[in-house]
Amino acid sequence: MRATLRRTLGLAWVLPALVLVGVFVYLPLVQNLQFSTAKWDIYSGGQEFVGLGNYTKLAEDPVFWSSLGNNVLYAAVSIVFQVFGALLLAALIESVRSERWQRALRAIYFIPSAISLTVAGLLFYFLYEPNLGPLNHALRAAGLGELAQAWLGQESTAMSAIIAMSQWQGFGYSTLLFAVAIQRIPGEIYGAAAIDGVGPVGRFFHVTVPLVREMTGLMAIVTLSGAFQVFNEVMVMTAGGPNNSTQVLGTWLYRSGFVRNNFGYAAAIATVLFAITLAVAVAQLWVTRRRRVEW
Amino acid sequence: MVTRLSFLGVIARVFMWAFLLALAVVVLYPLLWMTLNGFKTNAELFGDPFALPLDWSFDNYAKAWNRGVSGYLGTSVLVTLTSTVATVFISAWAAYGLTRVDIPLNRTLTAAVLGGLMLAPTVALVPLVRLFQSLGLYNTFWALLILYTAFRIPFTTFLIRAYMIDLPREVDEAAEMDGAGRWTAFWRIILPMCKPILTSTVLLHILFTWNEYLFAMIFTSGSGVQTLPVGLTSLMSKHGTDYPVVFAGMVIAALPVVLLFFLGQRYIVKGLADGIGK
Repeated sequence: MRATLRRTLGLAWVLPALVLVGVFVYLPLVQNLQFSTAKWDIYSGGQEFVGLGNYTKLAEDPVFWSSLGNNVLYAAVSIVFQVFGALLLAALIESVRSERWQRALRAIYFIPSAISLTVAGLLFYFLYEPNLGPLNHALRAAGLGELAQAWLGQESTAMSAIIAMSQWQGFGYSTLLFAVAIQRIPGEIYGAAAIDGVGPVGRFFHVTVPLVREMTGLMAIVTLSGAFQVFNEVMVMTAGGPNNSTQVLGTWLYRSGFVRNNFGYAAAIATVLFAITLAVAVAQLWVTRRRRVEW
Repeated sequence: MVTRLSFLGVIARVFMWAFLLALAVVVLYPLLWMTLNGFKTNAELFGDPFALPLDWSFDNYAKAWNRGVSGYLGTSVLVTLTSTVATVFISAWAAYGLTRVDIPLNRTLTAAVLGGLMLAPTVALVPLVRLFQSLGLYNTFWALLILYTAFRIPFTTFLIRAYMIDLPREVDEAAEMDGAGRWTAFWRIILPMCKPILTSTVLLHILFTWNEYLFAMIFTSGSGVQTLPVGLTSLMSKHGTDYPVVFAGMVIAALPVVLLFFLGQRYIVKGLADGIGK
């Protein structure tokens, strides 16, 4: 009896974490499902049950679909640059003979990831600026003046310009992690491959790639889940414009709820976002399970 | 044959170095441009964007500081410090309970705490706004402190727990033999042994909090409670024509974390590698 009491008292260790996560992470998630079936005004407090009404409206909303499309595009480009590009880059850095240069390169590439997305977003807002921005100046100086344009101001280029900025900001982070993964590969394996006459390219494909496979899988998932949560850079650079062409699920949710005061609709977008991130999280569990993580 | 190979090898090395250095320039140039612009006048800024500033004065930095950046910086420092202490302490507390205390439903509780890792903040946004409004915490410092702590507990607990699992059991037995209670064992023995991972989690939490924008933007609007990321966008909209001042503000916001990264690089890498690798 006393032993049971003692064990139960041990719960006090986990209680603060559990209460905070429960009240501020899980509870809102459940409430969100409920809110998504209502039409309500956060200021007047009035709520009216509309069932799946918000979801049918969502399915007919062209901006929702183009937002989702932008997230998918964002994910695809990020996978290319921040997973495969970063892996290749990390392998290049690790093949540099001087350890001091290796460290310097990894650190330089990481700096953009340490500064906030707000600073990075504002910075690129100015870099892309049609008149004072160095990008257009450089194009004109190189005799490519006809390519100079309002990068963030037109529908055809705005999303690509934002995605390009994100790659600049994020690639150093995954490169650093791949570099750590490559360092963990025992040197003898590379030595043995070299003795067998395998060149640097062969060593990359036959030693590095298979041995960092787990990190590649995890980075793909981290990148994917990040791509569907994009918010900050879009908000700072275009706020979803021009003409909703750079809207992503996160900013469309924000605009629907907090600007257009349609919180039920915003909650429905949140549910879609939840379904996607959950699917990605399940994939993550599946990848990590193979490592026999003890719980 | 050998010379041909090494000749190709030299060519490959030259290309590799050219690529690595070009990439470094692409990364560093925008940052350098930002820093230099903080020293320019508006007229210089609209002239040749590649020119160096004529007069290296700190006027724009002083202006940015006086136009609100000092306040945003103060809020950022306060929110960062308090939420770091709260998050790391509560997470270490939970990790100790989950790894070294015999408690019922251990696996379920572990899953419940770490499961929060999978949920995106955006998804909970609408209900959270209502919750904080009804608690009267909307637009207060407490909203950010609570949100940053609650949303980072799963990740931080995850890192500390993975480290604590690997500490030898004999330590606990020895502590018990010496008559130490649970609290003493946690505070005096286990926590000091976890110092490397605690340093990692502290640094990672600071990087996160200092740069967070979504919650800060939605849960604060008054200038007394805005953090740097949100404050910078207000600086931009309020003094949008005085660009060099905005650049100075951006540099002030970016500098502390870049310095922190260089000082704590080893620990940040370790924390990230442990977090993602496990």
